[in-house]
Amino acid sequence: MESTTDSIDEKSLGVLAGSEAAAVQIPGARRPDRRTSLDVGGLSISRVEWGPPDAPPLLFAHGGFDFAETLNVFAPKLVERGWRVVSWDHRGHGHSEWAQLYSLEADIRDAAFVVESVSAERFPLIGHSKGGAMCLQLAVLFPHKFTHLVNLDGLPSRKTMPDVAEHQRIRMVASELENWLGHRASLVDRQRPAGTIAELAQRRGRMNTRATTEWLQYLVTVGGRRDVDGWRWRIDPTLRMGGFGPWRPEWSMYRLPEVTMPLLAILCGEPELMGWGTRAEDVEPYLPIGAELMELAGIGHFMHIEQPDLLVQIIGSFIGDPQ
Amino acid sequence: MITRLHHGRVELALHRLRDGDTTTPLLLLHPLGSRTPEVAPNWSDRWPGPVFGLDFTGHGASTVPRGGGYSAEVLLADVDTALTHLGAVSIVGRGLGGYVGLLAAGARPSGVRGVVIDDGPGLTGGGTMPSSPSFVAPVFESSSSPDPFALQELSRDIRPPDYVRNFARFALEGSPAAEPIIVSARILPAWLEAVADEHGVVRCSFEAAVERLGR
Repeated sequence: MESTTDSIDEKSLGVLAGSEAAAVQIPGARRPDRRTSLDVGGLSISRVEWGPPDAPPLLFAHGGFDFAETLNVFAPKLVERGWRVVSWDHRGHGHSEWAQLYSLEADIRDAAFVVESVSAERFPLIGHSKGGAMCLQLAVLFPHKFTHLVNLDGLPSRKTMPDVAEHQRIRMVASELENWLGHRASLVDRQRPAGTIAELAQRRGRMNTRATTEWLQYLVTVGGRRDVDGWRWRIDPTLRMGGFGPWRPEWSMYRLPEVTMPLLAILCGEPELMGWGTRAEDVEPYLPIGAELMELAGIGHFMHIEQPDLLVQIIGSFIGDPQ
Repeated sequence: MITRLHHGRVELALHRLRDGDTTTPLLLLHPLGSRTPEVAPNWSDRWPGPVFGLDFTGHGASTVPRGGGYSAEVLLADVDTALTHLGAVSIVGRGLGGYVGLLAAGARPSGVRGVVIDDGPGLTGGGTMPSSPSFVAPVFESSSSPDPFALQELSRDIRPPDYVRNFARFALEGSPAAEPIIVSARILPAWLEAVADEHGVVRCSFEAAVERLGR
């Protein structure tokens, strides 16, 4: 896009961003009441809260390529029911610092610092997508910290691995390997392209196929930043969908039977690109005793964004709203 | 002499330890927690070509990242960055360097003319499937080398035999070298046993391995 001006100062840029953002408000959306940062081994992790500081807390882990402020409609609804909602931006996402390296183990470590910062008392833990897979690990790592575990379409399963012949599978590995090294070789000085709010929203719409244009445009204003030459998503441009390595989706599922606190797992009825496409029959063999599993017909992967009232109701009755 | 190479936001230190003739360069890959030696090791005296050593991310004179996040596959990309600079090489890897050297030989069969996998810290790795989740709080600021996060994370990286075997097969099938994989390590963890069992992989002493690598 065309540069607005070459010599715009920081303050004017802020005013410009504010006026452009004001044009795309969403009813019920509320930015976090508090934002602080945690130092995890030298990396700054941004942590947010909605609701009164003395209300009982719950912790929510967002999914990959999302950020805490994708909860700007969902979290206030939980606050209305008496909760203090705590969340954070994973490394490289939202307002957290870009890292040199990314791994699930590092994400879990960052998360452990957030967990420790929430409360000395036990509290419910909710995770969506990649955040759900992370919460499975956290629940097994810190069984003493959580009263309940809620997993929103965050159960990776092996069913997404195509059932192909050995030689074909090896060719796929070779191709993934080539892509991985090509990706690593392309990272120096990489930056996300600038654009208008509408352009960035359209780009994200390819990953969030069921989201409304209004919602996607709103996300740009809270998950992007206004540079001189336009808006850019804050997410680290060196991140890519899926890594390369020995990790297997079913390894996450192996943690499921080890969960000791009450567990509610919700699968979406309308699989999307950003999910694993896991079905009830993939999960059932691994469910811990007493766990609840439900599949929401007609709802996509971003269920808490698509149907916030329904999800707040389901989750609230499972974890027991304070009010 | 050190050449700085860029891999994402990491600056890698590639050490030129010795000049040589036009023979394929020898690239040394150090063990976990170690670094490239200051001088070319004595055993490399018989190598006629130049001798280099690469400090992996978080080691030696390479960048120490903030907050960890290591994987063997990132170190593989470190080596790939060095290959882009050096062209084809032969690799001697000790410990973790042996594992990463094997990954590089499989990923770039025409760029790695052969790899010797020898004993050293980080050879075993973290087993064939994930252990129970564990959590280590960063006690130190990760600004010193070797990075404490590297020591912790790269001693636990998972190496399923079937995953590693793919790399061995890519090297054996794609390399122009007669003996692309030579195992001199005496202790074989499960991943290395799977490699050593592949038809075409050579097992011998370290001295013999260096000799054969040059052929």
